[in-house]
Amino acid sequence: MEEGTIGSKQVQLSEAAYSVIHEKFGEAISAFDRNPTMPFFEVQDTALWTDIALFMRDHPKLKFNYMACLSGVDYPEEEKLGIVCNLESIGAYPHRIAVKVKCPREGGSIPSVSCVWHTANWHEREAYDMLGILFTGHPDMRRILCPDDWEGWPLRKDYRVQESYHGIKVPY
Amino acid sequence: MAGQGSVRVTRKSDNVVIIEKDLATEEMVLSMGPQHPSTHGVLRLECRTDGEVVTEAEPYLGYLHRCFEKHCEHVDYQAIVPYTDRMDYLAGMNSEMAYAIAVEKLLDIEIPRRVEFIRVIVSELNRIASHLVAIGTYAIDLGAFTPFLFCFRDREHILNMLEWASGARMLYNYIWIGGLAYDVPSDFQKRVGEFVDYFRPKAVELSRLLTENEIFVKRTKGIGIMPADVAINYGWSGPMLRGSGVQWDLRRNDPYSIYPELDFAVPVPDGKFSDVGDCLSRHLVRALEIEESLKIIEQCIGKMPPAEGFDPRAAVPKRIRPKAGEVYARAENPRGELGFYILSDGKSTSPLRCKARSSCFVNLSAMKDLSKGQLIPDLVAIIGSIDIVLGEVDR
Repeated sequence: MEEGTIGSKQVQLSEAAYSVIHEKFGEAISAFDRNPTMPFFEVQDTALWTDIALFMRDHPKLKFNYMACLSGVDYPEEEKLGIVCNLESIGAYPHRIAVKVKCPREGGSIPSVSCVWHTANWHEREAYDMLGILFTGHPDMRRILCPDDWEGWPLRKDYRVQESYHGIKVPY
Repeated sequence: MAGQGSVRVTRKSDNVVIIEKDLATEEMVLSMGPQHPSTHGVLRLECRTDGEVVTEAEPYLGYLHRCFEKHCEHVDYQAIVPYTDRMDYLAGMNSEMAYAIAVEKLLDIEIPRRVEFIRVIVSELNRIASHLVAIGTYAIDLGAFTPFLFCFRDREHILNMLEWASGARMLYNYIWIGGLAYDVPSDFQKRVGEFVDYFRPKAVELSRLLTENEIFVKRTKGIGIMPADVAINYGWSGPMLRGSGVQWDLRRNDPYSIYPELDFAVPVPDGKFSDVGDCLSRHLVRALEIEESLKIIEQCIGKMPPAEGFDPRAAVPKRIRPKAGEVYARAENPRGELGFYILSDGKSTSPLRCKARSSCFVNLSAMKDLSKGQLIPDLVAIIGSIDIVLGEVDR
């Protein structure tokens, strides 16, 4: 039972942080999803993502200075790709929150936040490599784990592996 | 070569490098790795050098990419555990534990207390083994061979114990979701206790041999300094972040398992012996952490509930199908924060998306900035201090 109280306290902290962001950006962000495992909100106006990120990092009541993780996700039913960012504050506050940003599957892009958190640089490159999410304003948008001339985006749900790579048979 | 000019590289006592040259030098591209002893695996650094100075080093990775995240989407939750072993193969127990915690959080299940104690003991043993490899190979990078042999001799005892418990030396598949594969052998606590008593003086000996060695200190002190705020911005975690003077340990700051009940310190350098944030600080944090892990193990042996009527698989679910939802859970690994983001659709027995947030991957991403303007031998010292395991970087 003790676990549960710790969990809900964590959610309350996240919600308090959310309300500060909501006050500033209003309709640009979705309602707060208060689930116990990973409370999050979604950025509706994707173009504002960098501004929201900067606000979250620098606001004296938020200080989300640490990006723990950025995961690219494919949402085939919604025809969208997205990222999930897990943010928290080291040394200032005990709160943490997750942010989701989505863009259309074809021809969409998400503003890069590598200028806000350096760590996003490689995470975004990985999301690009695995799912083909383009990050506008990224300083170095290249593949990172796969070779530069690899075809397709491996973690998309409709991915078909290429037949051969430089004369080597790929599916085994 | 009189009349052609010369280059003089000198180092002041505080490791500030002074280069005097009266001739034109050219930039040269030098590829370090993927087969290079000091890159600890298959990492390639493309260095642009001007004489002995590295103006820029760009890491190229992916040589060990084994599609971990793609595999996860095609196998059951239970079957992912052996894959996590193969990520950070020097600390398999810790990786398994981080993954188990993530899925258990998603399933919201209760774990027997004895399981938690065994998990902490084996993962702390594994942490010591991993730090011993880190310290030993770091010594080799800097030209000291003997400490490496000392480290590997003591690591062998740990691996033997873990083999005794799990049946494997490195790729354990021991910590299952909801429990353990087996209970520990009946004399396990006794033997672990004997190991702690044996190892304490050896750790002191190791620190006399290496940490206080003047050559070692000269090679690492003041090299590759990372300020605390930049380290946080780069998402550093574990000994790397603590080396920069930030007291941040997930076992304390986002407690999991039974760590809140245990008494241990989170060592950070005070700037007296090393410059805060340099390679020596990072080494020092690892060396001091070994002692803390020994403390944790000792306490666990004393507090562990008895084996009577204990079934390590009592809480292990037969079929794992979490309700729709997502989770991000992490654990403090020897190299930093290992996190798993898992997305479940509520219908499938395998995750819709499973992302591993690898600590070395993130720590390594600062390499480009850290390497600017360093001498080539210092570059080797910096890579070694990051303590990368390419299996986890590339996944």
